[in-house]
Amino acid sequence: MTMTATQTTSALGGVVRRREDPALIQGRGKYVDDIAPVGTLHVAFARSPYANARINSIDTTAAKNAEGVAAVYTHEDVAHLGDLIAQVVVAKARPLLANGMVKHVGEAVAMVVAESPALARDAAELIDVDYEPLPAVIDLKEAAADEKKVHDGISNVVVAWEAGPFGDPDGIAQTRQTIADAKALDDTVTVSIEAVNQRLIPVPIEPRSVLAEWNLGYGRFEVYSSTQIPHALAGAIGKTFDVPSNQVRVVAPEVGGGFGCKLNVYNDEILTCFAARELGRPVKWTETRREAPSSTIHGRGWVATATVVGTKDGEILGYELEAIADMGAYEQNFTAAIPFLGLFVGSGQYKFPTYWKATCVLTNTMTTDAYRGAGRPEAAYYLERVIDAYAREIGVDPVVVRKKNFLDKFDEAVVSPIGFALDTGDYATNLDKLVEVADYEGLKAERDKARAEGRHVGIGVSTYCEVCGFAPTGLSELGFSWATYGLPAGFSGSGLVRVNPDATVTVVIGTGPTGQGHQTTWAQIVSDRLGIPVGRIRVMHGDTNDSPMGIGTFGSRSAAVDGSATYEAAGRVAEKARAIAAHLLEASAEDIELDADGAHVAGSPDSSVAWGDIASAAYLPYKLADAGLEGGLEASVIFDPPNATWPFGAHLAMVEVDVDTGNVKLLRYITVDDCGNVINPMIVAGQVHGGVTQGIGQAMFEDAIYDSDGNMLTASLFDYPIPGASDLPSYELHSTVTPTNVNPMGVKGIGEAGTIGSAQTVVNAVVDALSPLGVKHIDMPLRPKRVWAAIQEARG
Amino acid sequence: MYPRQFDYVAPTSLDEALSALGEDSKVMAGGMSLLPLMKMRLFSPGLIVDIGRIGGLDGVVDNGDHIEIGALVRHATTASNDLVAQHAAALATAASLTGDVQVRNRGTTCGALAHADVAADQTAAAIACGAVMVARSASGTREIPASEFFVDSLTSALNPEEILTSIRIPKAGPGEGSAYDKLGRRGGHSDYAVAGAAAWVKKSNGSIEDARIGVTGVGTRATLAQGVAEALIGTDGSDEAIKAAAERAVEGVTVLEDLYGSEEYKTHLAKVFTARAIKAALAAT
Repeated sequence: MTMTATQTTSALGGVVRRREDPALIQGRGKYVDDIAPVGTLHVAFARSPYANARINSIDTTAAKNAEGVAAVYTHEDVAHLGDLIAQVVVAKARPLLANGMVKHVGEAVAMVVAESPALARDAAELIDVDYEPLPAVIDLKEAAADEKKVHDGISNVVVAWEAGPFGDPDGIAQTRQTIADAKALDDTVTVSIEAVNQRLIPVPIEPRSVLAEWNLGYGRFEVYSSTQIPHALAGAIGKTFDVPSNQVRVVAPEVGGGFGCKLNVYNDEILTCFAARELGRPVKWTETRREAPSSTIHGRGWVATATVVGTKDGEILGYELEAIADMGAYEQNFTAAIPFLGLFVGSGQYKFPTYWKATCVLTNTMTTDAYRGAGRPEAAYYLERVIDAYAREIGVDPVVVRKKNFLDKFDEAVVSPIGFALDTGDYATNLDKLVEVADYEGLKAERDKARAEGRHVGIGVSTYCEVCGFAPTGLSELGFSWATYGLPAGFSGSGLVRVNPDATVTVVIGTGPTGQGHQTTWAQIVSDRLGIPVGRIRVMHGDTNDSPMGIGTFGSRSAAVDGSATYEAAGRVAEKARAIAAHLLEASAEDIELDADGAHVAGSPDSSVAWGDIASAAYLPYKLADAGLEGGLEASVIFDPPNATWPFGAHLAMVEVDVDTGNVKLLRYITVDDCGNVINPMIVAGQVHGGVTQGIGQAMFEDAIYDSDGNMLTASLFDYPIPGASDLPSYELHSTVTPTNVNPMGVKGIGEAGTIGSAQTVVNAVVDALSPLGVKHIDMPLRPKRVWAAIQEARG
Repeated sequence: MYPRQFDYVAPTSLDEALSALGEDSKVMAGGMSLLPLMKMRLFSPGLIVDIGRIGGLDGVVDNGDHIEIGALVRHATTASNDLVAQHAAALATAASLTGDVQVRNRGTTCGALAHADVAADQTAAAIACGAVMVARSASGTREIPASEFFVDSLTSALNPEEILTSIRIPKAGPGEGSAYDKLGRRGGHSDYAVAGAAAWVKKSNGSIEDARIGVTGVGTRATLAQGVAEALIGTDGSDEAIKAAAERAVEGVTVLEDLYGSEEYKTHLAKVFTARAIKAALAAT
């Protein structure tokens, strides 16, 4: 797609080139590992080679005596700090260092601090641990059976719940009865799919990294971390070390991708702080790519059965999902809450009765948590796969089936069948646009022509409804807050806008980018309100020293929540600027208009005052005393919308399968996303590109594989393939616009939508391509070997 | 990722490099395969002899009856050089499908061959193109046919004291053509070969007079598929003849299952790509 950047356009909706890119693409961004105070020590961890083992002894003598080693720590050195603090822990928190047992391959057993990363790694190899290996629990169904335990004396089932709808326990029985009755009818069709939504390893281009210093004089921590949640980390550090949170400065400098995996407080962050305080020197740990699969959370990891019952002409009478979700060995930030986030969109954009049952189980594997979409890609995958299978079974076009079962257009909140209030929606218009821009009928003709030539071409469609813009603060009653980190703050947004004496603008926000372009988007928001050009606006983020309380960048929430706070703050500043200008021009504030140059009286361009004079007056308050105005030209706002936001969309993929090899070639990928109003179309397109690519990555390439003993078979990028540009077609992006009514800009969020909409789109297309051979389902990833095996099986 | 400690020398002459080599040393050219192994601590040589500063090893040379590709010729050069394209098209294609742009700009054809990865591309092409590997040591020079060069996973016929200074490939005559094709781990041509095959054929008077097939990705080493050539020689190169010959693609090979394919699947793929490579080689004659 082509987009022309117009640097002069600052209003909302304009394409403004990302201001951060010149630094980032020239290697001039500063990431944590680039920060190297004099005297920094480096950390390496000795990690468990076993998925489940008793530690009989740890001999650290050789490591302590090795070249350049400052300290070696094991559990007993840090036992007084307790387990890793995490927001939602139901069954088992992670010990900071293994406490007599290891419960997954790669669990941190000992920590070496040395003069260089290489010396630390050398010494870590010298740590002699006597392990007594025990059987591991890896298979999800075996874990759910709960006979063999991951942790002695603790049920593997962390939590199991059902909903239908959520918040209405009495409704569950009724919903189940309705669905059972529908199944019993003669003229209905019931279709089930049991499918794996496989475990994934997040691969941000910048691995995690943390640098900690302890200032003995002031009793303060100064911490740099590649994190999505600096405030939560500051809270956790303060709570762990009994230091007031305002004596902990956490800075998230440039962060090279997060995708949810940096939405955690990690044991390595706490341990690095511990070592810095013990040793009185700066201490740094930078994750290596090799250890990342066992030091950073994974995503997904579900096995579930999805069932649809409906009439023979496409009216769906009920939907059921029974899922087992993998928690890993320990719970971290939101581990057990992720399937619940899926429930939010459990009935998608549809109107039929829906029942969900989820069983969250421990296994001897790395912890799972939020990964781009976090529960919602899983929810959309099962729903849209089984609807596709149902449409195929009854021989009705899957587009027709979807439209038939959509909720009608709404612009005031409606409650979905699964029990959540959606903000605004217009699903049919969105899908109609996909049909139109893709020339769906033309594509089908093309596919049929190819089939007649013996080629195996398929078309897959998926629609989706997602939830993002995570707010309001009322969600704290369901556990969504940073209370456990010592900061009882709910999911609001924050923004501070300050016009400086020289008429430049400083914006300080409580959320920071991991690649989303906040420096550009926020400048546009403020420019839109004040008129001051983007080039004069600096956006600061990610430093708990100077930013207002920030919840963090995740759940596609920055623009909708923190952006709205900034929008409101800028509005208040604009109001003050108009008041000052009115005073200087001896006019009425209602008649003052702001623009790039300053302020003028409406209809009288000659009666104007420059921004410099307005700003200056704000810092020379004696000039304002007559008007009863205080000095200063800034405002800070905490924004708490009435609801989250609910974007939606429709995706289409066209594929060709080489049946001799099982190779899948993606020919076309077309999206129509609706994220409400758009602040910067170029940034939105970038988010869709990345999101879709990650969904395609799950559909076709990625698979975090543990063998039955719990060995990680995919612990390097040799064995964990992620998509590259050469594997993908040029995406064709389109949109519809259905603004939300829960925030002043009408924006919803787009960071995860691409991922939520895409995996099942690709699988639906491949199944379509192979349906003439009788293939009904193939589990992801659709690696050639798996596609080929499915073809062989179908052919008998 | 941090390697274990090692010594490093970067001599500027071949003689110096050869005299530095010993039992615990390893030659490095581009380092694209070696360094990741060292960083993962899967391989920890005591001494790295970096040959990158030695002059005269970076050319593709016309030597009359053969072309010679020096030890420092990068994949990108092999992929785009006219002489290679003309006389060893299979190798040019294989080099173009090796790694990504950055890897192709740093890594070398000889380095990839000496590394002997079971899933490498150029190994099969070197076999099919009839390459001769020139191994130099302080005590002399050995010439090793490519078909005998790949011994086991990550093990070539080189001794620790030897450097693969070049490979020699006979020039293509009339009626000769070669080609390489594979399935990559990410599908299509992306990434290491799940299975790949290179074919060189010589056609005269409508029939196949000679052929060499190299197969990679499926076993512990790239192999010469002698049976395929035997079945193919003397045929007219029809689709049926190719298909029948390709059935013998993994004769004598122990096909190994991995994350990307079962034994059955990889055996099947070896046959498919053998047939495709032969067909493409015939089309190039």
